[in-house]
Amino acid sequence: MYKVFKNSLFVAIFSVTRLFAQQHAAEMGANAGQDTLAHSVNIPSGAHSAAEEVHGAGPAVMDANHAEHAAGGHEEAEFKADEAAFHHISDLNVYSIGPWNLPLPCMLYAPNKGWSLFSSSKFGIDNAHHGSGHKAIDGYVLNHGKVMRVKDPNFPQTEVEVGHFTTREEVIDEKGTKKDVSYVEYNGAEYALEHQSTADGGLFGGGITNFYDFSITKNVAGMFLILALLSWLFLSMAKKYKSAPGTAPTGIQKLIEPLIMFIKEEVAIPFIGAKHERFMPLLLSLFFLILALNLFGQIPFFGGTNVTGNLGFTVVLAIIVTLVVNFNGNKHYWQHIFNMPGIPGWVKFLITPIEVLSIFIKPLTLSLRLFANITAGHIVILVFISLIFMFGKSGANPGAAWGASVASVLLALFISAIELLVAFIQAYVFTLLTASYIGAATEEHHAHEAEH
Amino acid sequence: MNLLNIIFLLEFSVIKPAFGFMFWATVVFLIFWLFVGKLAFKPIVRALNQRADDIQTSLDAAKTAREQMSQLKAENEKIMAEARDEKMKIIKEAKEAANLIINESKEKAKEEANRIMVNSKNDIENAKKAALVDIKNQVGVMALDIAEKVMRKDLASSQQDYVKRLVDEIKMN
Repeated sequence: MYKVFKNSLFVAIFSVTRLFAQQHAAEMGANAGQDTLAHSVNIPSGAHSAAEEVHGAGPAVMDANHAEHAAGGHEEAEFKADEAAFHHISDLNVYSIGPWNLPLPCMLYAPNKGWSLFSSSKFGIDNAHHGSGHKAIDGYVLNHGKVMRVKDPNFPQTEVEVGHFTTREEVIDEKGTKKDVSYVEYNGAEYALEHQSTADGGLFGGGITNFYDFSITKNVAGMFLILALLSWLFLSMAKKYKSAPGTAPTGIQKLIEPLIMFIKEEVAIPFIGAKHERFMPLLLSLFFLILALNLFGQIPFFGGTNVTGNLGFTVVLAIIVTLVVNFNGNKHYWQHIFNMPGIPGWVKFLITPIEVLSIFIKPLTLSLRLFANITAGHIVILVFISLIFMFGKSGANPGAAWGASVASVLLALFISAIELLVAFIQAYVFTLLTASYIGAATEEHHAHEAEH
Repeated sequence: MNLLNIIFLLEFSVIKPAFGFMFWATVVFLIFWLFVGKLAFKPIVRALNQRADDIQTSLDAAKTAREQMSQLKAENEKIMAEARDEKMKIIKEAKEAANLIINESKEKAKEEANRIMVNSKNDIENAKKAALVDIKNQVGVMALDIAEKVMRKDLASSQQDYVKRLVDEIKMN
C-alpha cells in the first residue's frame, strides 16, 4: 500500500516539477543575470552554468549559447528539480560534504590510452561551481563532479586547461530519441564528452563508451567506510562472545543481538529450516550491509551516498544470491525446473521455459525492488527540498523561498521518517526473499517422494 | 513525455550499472561475506545458539528441580501425616494399655485385698480358735491346777488321767 502511494507520489511530483520548470523557463532566463542565491547555496542548478557564462565568457559567446539552447528547447537558467535530484543521487568522483568537494582517487581505463591513476583534485575542483574541474587530464574532465572523457581521440592526452561545460539536448537517432550531451570548451572549440561505460547495454542510454571508471567514487568510498565500520563492529562483538562466553550481552551486543535473532528466527529458520546455519553468514551480511548503506544514505549533509539506490550495487548482490541459490540447488530443485513432477508432458513445454526464465527474473526483481525503493525515497526528499528553489525562482523571490522552505522541510522530515522505516523494510525484504529462494533450492520434497 | 526520454535526457545514472562500481561492490560484499561472515557472524551465531541451549537446559533443569521439590514436599507431607497418625495411634494404644493396666491392678488389688481379708479372717478365726484352745487348755490347766490343788488333798493321781480326757473332750468340741 505504501509502495503504491510512494511511487505514485514520485511520479506525480516528478511530472509536476518538470512542467513547472518548463513553464517558468522564459522568465527564469530573464532573471539569470541576477542569480545570487544559487551561488551562496550549494544546490545544483542550470543557473550556475548560466551565471558562469555571464561572468566568464564574452557576450558574443553567451549569445551564441543562448541561441543554441533555445533551439534545443533547453533553458540553462531554469532550476530543474528533477535534474537537481538526479545529480544528487548519482555517483560522483568527488565527495561532497556541505559546500566542499573532497577529491577522491581516480582509476580510469581507456582502451586507447591504458590506465590513468590520479586524484580528482588534479582536475582543479571548483567548489563554487558544483565540482566541475578546469583541467583536462589524459583526455578526462570533471563535469559537475563526474569524470567524463572527450570523445575526440585527437584531444590532447596530457594536462591542459579547459573552459566551461555545457549540456544540450540532442536527437541521437532516427527514431527521434533525445539525449543530453555534454560539451567542454577548449581552445575556443567545443568537444563532446562521453560518460563511462555501463552494463545496461544501451537500454537506459548507457552502454560501452571510450573509457571505464574504476575510481574510488563517492559510493565506493561510502561502501568502504561502511565496510570498515561494520567489520569493526562485528569483529569486536565476536571477540566479546569469545572472551566472555555465557555472560549477558552488554553495550552494542544488546542492539545487534535482537536483529541477528530476528534474521535467524523469522527469516532463516522458517524459510530454510534445518540447513539454515550454513547460510546465516550470507543472510546476515546481506541484511546488515544493505541496512547500513540504506541508513548511511539517509544522513543529510554527509555526501548523500546512494549505494543501495544504485542498480549496480543491487545487481551485484542479486547475482551473488543467484549463484549461491543455484549452486546449492538440489536434485528436486532442478527437477522442478526442467521436469516438473506430477503434470502432463505437454504442459511441461510451457512450464519449463517459464521456470528457466524465473532463474533470471528472480534476481532482476530482487535488485530492482531495492534500487527503486531507495532511489524513489531519495528523489522524493530531494524534490521537496527543491521546492524552496522553485518557489524562490533561483533567488529572485526570497520571500517565497522562505515560505516554501517551511513546508518543504516539514514534508522532507515526514518522508525521511518513512525512509528510516523503508531502510529496515527493504533490507529485511531482500534478506527474506534470498532466504526463500535458498529454501526453495535446498528443500527436501518428502511429500513428493511418497507420491512417486 | 515518455519515461525513456526522461531517463535519456536527465542522465538518470543510477539505473546504469557502471562496471567500476559493480567491481568495487563485488569486492566489498565478498570481503564482508567471506571475511566478516566467517570471523564474526559464524562465532556470534554459534555463541547465540550456545547461549540459547544453555538457557533451555537451565530452564529444563529448574523445571525438573521444581518438580522434584514439589514431589519431595508431597512425600514429606505424607510422611508427616503418617507420623501424626502413628503418634495418635501410639498415644491411644498407650492410653488403652494404661487403662487396662490400671483396671487390672485395681482388680488385682481388690482380689488381693479380698484375699488378704479372707486370710486375715481365717487367721483371726484360727488365732481365735487357737486362743480359745489355748484358753481352754489354760482354763483346763488352771482348773486342773485348782482341782489338783483342791483334790491333792483327796484325789489320787489316777484321776488325773480322767480329768485330762475330759479336758480333751472339751477341746474336740
